[in-house]
Amino acid sequence: MEVLAYQGLIGLSSAMYLWLISAGLTIIFGVLGVLNFAHGSLFMLGGYLAYTLYGLVGLPFSVSVLGSMAAVALLGAAMERGFLRPLYGLDPSYQLLLTFGFVLLLDDAVKLVWGGVFRIPPIPRWLDGAVVVFGRPFPLYNVFLIAVGLVVGLGLWGLFDRTWWGRSVRATAADREMAAALGIPTPRVFSSVFMLGSALAALGGALGTPVRPVAPGIGAAMIVQAFIITVIGGLGNLRGAFAGSLLVGVLSSYGTLWFPEFELFFVFAIMAVVLLVRPQGLFAS
Amino acid sequence: MSPRARRWALGALLVLLVSLPVWASRYVVYLTIHILLLALNAAGFNLLFGYTGLLSFGQAGFYAVGAYTCARILLAWPSLLPGVLGGTVAATLSAVLLGYLSVRHTRIYFSMLTLAFGMMIFSLAWKWRAVTGGDDGLVGVPRAPLELWALTVPLPTVERYYVVVLVAVVAAVALLHRLVRSPLGLALQAVRDSEVRAEHVGLPVRRLRLLSFAVAGTCAGLAGSLLPALENTVTPPIAHWTASAEPVLAALLGGTQRFGGPLVGAFLLVVSKDVIVRFTVHWSLVLGAVVIALVLGFRGGVVSVVEPWLARPRPARRAVARAGEQAP
Repeated sequence: MEVLAYQGLIGLSSAMYLWLISAGLTIIFGVLGVLNFAHGSLFMLGGYLAYTLYGLVGLPFSVSVLGSMAAVALLGAAMERGFLRPLYGLDPSYQLLLTFGFVLLLDDAVKLVWGGVFRIPPIPRWLDGAVVVFGRPFPLYNVFLIAVGLVVGLGLWGLFDRTWWGRSVRATAADREMAAALGIPTPRVFSSVFMLGSALAALGGALGTPVRPVAPGIGAAMIVQAFIITVIGGLGNLRGAFAGSLLVGVLSSYGTLWFPEFELFFVFAIMAVVLLVRPQGLFAS
Repeated sequence: MSPRARRWALGALLVLLVSLPVWASRYVVYLTIHILLLALNAAGFNLLFGYTGLLSFGQAGFYAVGAYTCARILLAWPSLLPGVLGGTVAATLSAVLLGYLSVRHTRIYFSMLTLAFGMMIFSLAWKWRAVTGGDDGLVGVPRAPLELWALTVPLPTVERYYVVVLVAVVAAVALLHRLVRSPLGLALQAVRDSEVRAEHVGLPVRRLRLLSFAVAGTCAGLAGSLLPALENTVTPPIAHWTASAEPVLAALLGGTQRFGGPLVGAFLLVVSKDVIVRFTVHWSLVLGAVVIALVLGFRGGVVSVVEPWLARPRPARRAVARAGEQAP
């Protein structure tokens, strides 16, 4: 029983990466209607940038994470303004294809700039250590991850529910034309939402640097996971993305324990079944 | 291009393709087989995307079903025809089954569903060791002889195998072209242009989409079944979603609004990759930039850029036409 609970906690902390990447993906889809294939690549880029600032330049961890978020947010703004904007009136397939072009470009660009796989830089001293949970040592860093995930969740909720900006975003998501007619600068809302989503992806990637290796393939691997989660939670549904991340994170943590052979198959099977039976997502209100 | 010029160009292309093993090096022949396989896969994909309006990200799944089934058959019964037919039929069956489920959705939900199905097939290929060989794949697949009734044609060389692939691909593409030009093909385009109107004139929209999906899956499956005998091995990456992007890119590159677009695109994709990787390993960087440029500026693909240039009437004729207009 304690093994199960412990494994659940491990799953919970790895679910936080999934939560951070799928939160951005689902926000962008919910407001812009764009499913960003390159979102996993932004996650990866966040990891590389944080690695460079923290592991190579030697800046403090927190500064490195924030720096990589800011840089990726700017890249996101450039993608939205320069490339996606001309495509809004067209078949959504073209937006999907454009972002796929960015997957190819960014995944190869990181190889060009950073080369292959790196060794993992040490965990910052203030996060190194362990707490005892169920009689076993549980890494402090994982506690930190869970805390960050919860803080981001609460922060997003506050942002969308309690601020003027959040209201204009929700208005734009609900009815683009009406929002524009009411004087909401919808193009600017689009850009800021895309920036926020990109920054969240970068945060997820950056938080992984002291514990998981950054590698060029990580973008393609993360994006399919994020697709699974946002589909399970309902495309565009933030609370659903949170619940979906926990579900997938914890289930695959048990999955690797019990049926490592077919874990991947079942995760995609769940995604397909949800799309067929409940396309609005499991957690739609 | 006038119909006559088009026929001449097509004839010249066929002569070039048929005579290829005579004058080209073995490597060029090998590369051409890959162009043909991708061309078939991309032409099938474009029936679904360009003609029916459904963007599938799961074609690699059907390609892999064809390849793995064919490889298993060849390992048990080294005869090419049963292998290729078996692989194609298996791909068609799985496309009908998964297509029946997929066409409940359109647009992004359809794309996500095909991605999920494709990745389910990938995870089977990767993990179901007893049947697929797991991450080692199936190795030692023989290039089995082609047995037609009493006639047995051994295929020891790539050049000979090329002829088999050429015949199969040309026949399949010709059938596909026939389909696109038939009333059925027009019905598919009607579904693409307006689902509501298509329904109102009495077209069975969902059944048409399923048909298109099944044909696309069959094309992918046939292309896949022709692979194991060439490479002597089948491995899981052919089923991964990133492999599903290849026919998508070929179609986009050549142009999705013309039948020939994906064929041209397959040629450009394979050849440019082969050329670019000689200079730099960063081939997909170039490809990504090209995809972005195509989506933003040339959604008609290369064909739409070249075609007006080919179709431009000769100055003399234009003058005659203008004179005709001005006359009375």
